[in-house]
Amino acid sequence: MRATLAIAWREFRSYFVSPVAYILIALFLFLTGYFFYSSLIEFVNAAMRAEQQSGMFGGGDSAPMSVNEWVVRPFFYNVAVISLFLVPMITMRLLCEEKKTGTIELLLTSPITELEITIGKFLAGFGLYALMLLGTAAFMGILFAYGQPDPGPILTGYAGLLLLGAASLALGTFVSSLTENPIVAGFTGFVLLLVLWLLHWGAEYATGTTASVLNYLSVVRHFEDPAKGVLDTRNLIFYLSLTVFGLFATMRAIETVRWKG
Amino acid sequence: MIEVERLTKTYGSTRAIDEVSFTVERGQVLGFLGPNGAGKTTTMRILAGYLPPSSGKARVAGIDVVESSLAARRKIGYLPEHVPLYPEMTVSGYLGFVGSIKRMPAAKKRERLPVVLGQCGLETVARTIIQRLSKGFRQRLGLAQALIHDPEVLILDEPTVGLDPHQIIEVRELVKGLAGTRTIILSTHILPEVEQICDRVVILSRGRVIAEDTPENLTARLKGSTTMRLVVRKAAESEVAAIRALPGVRAVRFTGERMDAVGFEVEAEAEADLAEPLARLALDRGLGLLELSPVGMSLETVFVELTTREAGMDGDRGESGPEAAKIGAAGTTLGAA
Repeated sequence: MRATLAIAWREFRSYFVSPVAYILIALFLFLTGYFFYSSLIEFVNAAMRAEQQSGMFGGGDSAPMSVNEWVVRPFFYNVAVISLFLVPMITMRLLCEEKKTGTIELLLTSPITELEITIGKFLAGFGLYALMLLGTAAFMGILFAYGQPDPGPILTGYAGLLLLGAASLALGTFVSSLTENPIVAGFTGFVLLLVLWLLHWGAEYATGTTASVLNYLSVVRHFEDPAKGVLDTRNLIFYLSLTVFGLFATMRAIETVRWKG
Repeated sequence: MIEVERLTKTYGSTRAIDEVSFTVERGQVLGFLGPNGAGKTTTMRILAGYLPPSSGKARVAGIDVVESSLAARRKIGYLPEHVPLYPEMTVSGYLGFVGSIKRMPAAKKRERLPVVLGQCGLETVARTIIQRLSKGFRQRLGLAQALIHDPEVLILDEPTVGLDPHQIIEVRELVKGLAGTRTIILSTHILPEVEQICDRVVILSRGRVIAEDTPENLTARLKGSTTMRLVVRKAAESEVAAIRALPGVRAVRFTGERMDAVGFEVEAEAEADLAEPLARLALDRGLGLLELSPVGMSLETVFVELTTREAGMDGDRGESGPEAAKIGAAGTTLGAA
């Protein structure tokens, strides 16, 4: 465990040595902030219109508009889409850098297992991802300061993002373990996530078993529940098994480094 | 301390190392000598637990490096050919990290860090970013990371390669200072380095061990001897004794028996011309002379290769390479028969 954390901590700190982490965090917060701002403005305008209309027609006690529905839910979808682009950038260097510079030889001749190396690398990426999400808590703070959003869906939304992120990061780590070129790792990781992301499009045109398989594999479909505020073990199991699969594949890929010499 | 038995590593149809066997006693320094591509790195990587062998066994401190790889790795400090450094870390930070992945308790790390920094002459750069270190410092840091967990066995792959003469001397002194308390295997393609540091030498060529001896004996054998190969129909003890009694003969080695032939290698002083006396002896005693030929001394050819190349040169092998390997192979098969 200590060795795993040492690997994770070293990797996590190395993000902040180069401008990588700062650029990623800034980019992420800029994009999510922009989308948050747009939907918030839209909500405010719509709310004002609704108020004027109800004032004009004396429309009695219609249900108040929901911040959660107008701002929080689209926000989580937007963050999910943005992380599709950012996760490959987080994971692309994880293992391919070690392979390129030969430091993998140090790891593989130390008394640690491939699993510990894998988990350590994954945790470093996950740490940076969680830190980025933490930055968006400020937006939620604004909502709580000026309104009364329902905290439940916000919590499940973040839980959903963390699960989605874990699965994407695990797959990205796996891709990174296959090559020595970070650009290749980043791009391949992006394409892989994109395919998983777009599976539900295929599902719309397919029928029967194909449709349900594609729907089940779609990363987006499983995000719908937590974004709405619903906790369902099916989604939990989906994301966790995808994560475990990615990590297991990474472990195996690290083992093959030994066989190739 | 280190036992290697018939270690073989194949990549497809090529054999990187072929039935390599040797042992190293506790506290000894063993030098791996051989041209580039001889299998030094492969052997060391197997010992360090990086590569699995295709066949054969290797034990370090009594622990099998394949079956109990993790336990064996705890006993070994390994300096790969390319020093595995993270350029963005500081020297102390890096050594602390290596300590962690060697599973050292925090207290032990605190205790070892200043010791190792001192041993490797790194005190002045302890807080420096590795990226800014000179090649000599990087190499010493490589040694420091191999030493941090106080291993019983050190495996150093070309510890002096790419250094300037002054730095080479520093690193050699450092390794010499470590000998005695630790068992060390180091590889090099520089002959004088072996003579200076090592207790024993294993010469590798094309993946095979072609000699194992002390540096002094090897040099003596290399410099002042000539070897004849003699194959006869039959030879009794008395005839062998007669050959041994010929002027200039140092040793007679039985190399094998097949069908109705017996083979020997006769080693003699360089000046002795053995062809005629040997032929006469064989004919006079009716041994049934089948072959009498000079052995293009396998060690000698490797020696020439090693002394004509200096540090840092690589590329194609001299013409003597294949011949050396062939003779080495013939000797092995006959010896095994």
